[in-house]
Amino acid sequence: MVSVIAVDARLEELKLLRQVRDRMDREYAQPLDVEALARGVHMSAGHLSRRFKAAYGESPYSYLMTRRIERAMTLLRRGDLSVTEVCWEVGCQSLGTFSARFTELVGMPPSVYREKAAHTAGLPSCVVKTVTRPVRNREARTGTPA
Amino acid sequence: MDITIHNTFLPHTDPEASLAFYRDVLGFEVRLDVGYENMRWITVGPPNQPDTAIVLHPPAVDPSVTDEERRMINEMIAKGTYSMLVLATDDLGATFDALQARGADVVQEPMDQDYGLRDCAVRDPAGNLVRIQQRKQ
Repeated sequence: MVSVIAVDARLEELKLLRQVRDRMDREYAQPLDVEALARGVHMSAGHLSRRFKAAYGESPYSYLMTRRIERAMTLLRRGDLSVTEVCWEVGCQSLGTFSARFTELVGMPPSVYREKAAHTAGLPSCVVKTVTRPVRNREARTGTPA
Repeated sequence: MDITIHNTFLPHTDPEASLAFYRDVLGFEVRLDVGYENMRWITVGPPNQPDTAIVLHPPAVDPSVTDEERRMINEMIAKGTYSMLVLATDDLGATFDALQARGADVVQEPMDQDYGLRDCAVRDPAGNLVRIQQRKQ
């Protein structure tokens, strides 16, 4: 028989990981990093990253950046903020990291995305959402299609 | 046809904690609270919607659920990926402030979503996600 204590410990760990994920959803716009998230649940950053990835299929860093990029896409489409302002608004400390991750996920730099978004004005928002959202764990292809 | 939604089911992992959340934080009324051995089924619902209720139930207690399935269900509940509920209110801001003042576990503050609605989200004590959206006037 599997130990009841081992099962309980497993569920307790999953609850902590859920709290970490909820905190990213709640506070993504703050200058949050994996070290701060790990401190919040009394784990080392490396341990948190491994356990989070085992539970949710991606690292906490990846989850957090995806949340930020997703929000950034919304703000860029709105068109009233510059790329730099959007970068700060979604909690990114470095414009370089922000632009690189944005380009990886979306397939184009934020400046180009912002430019193109002006042309989707008038489409129903649900259509815009569907065709423009980033897909976790599946980064946009770059270069010419095969 | 005249079909309404009568009961829907959400798991609890601590009946007293879930009861307190749905009754004291969300302000639902408790319509039925039945126990069998050490398990409880608690029926709750909003006072202004007497025909629709949520039954808070102990998860995976059906004897035809295998041990492996039970383990997975309990893990998904703990991870927060098992089930969710969407509610609506006429005044999202006031509702959110009240929930926060009552100690709700906030996942998302009220914000405008791309897909055309404004909502917030909290966790219930078991780990179910409860989204609350502004009702369209």
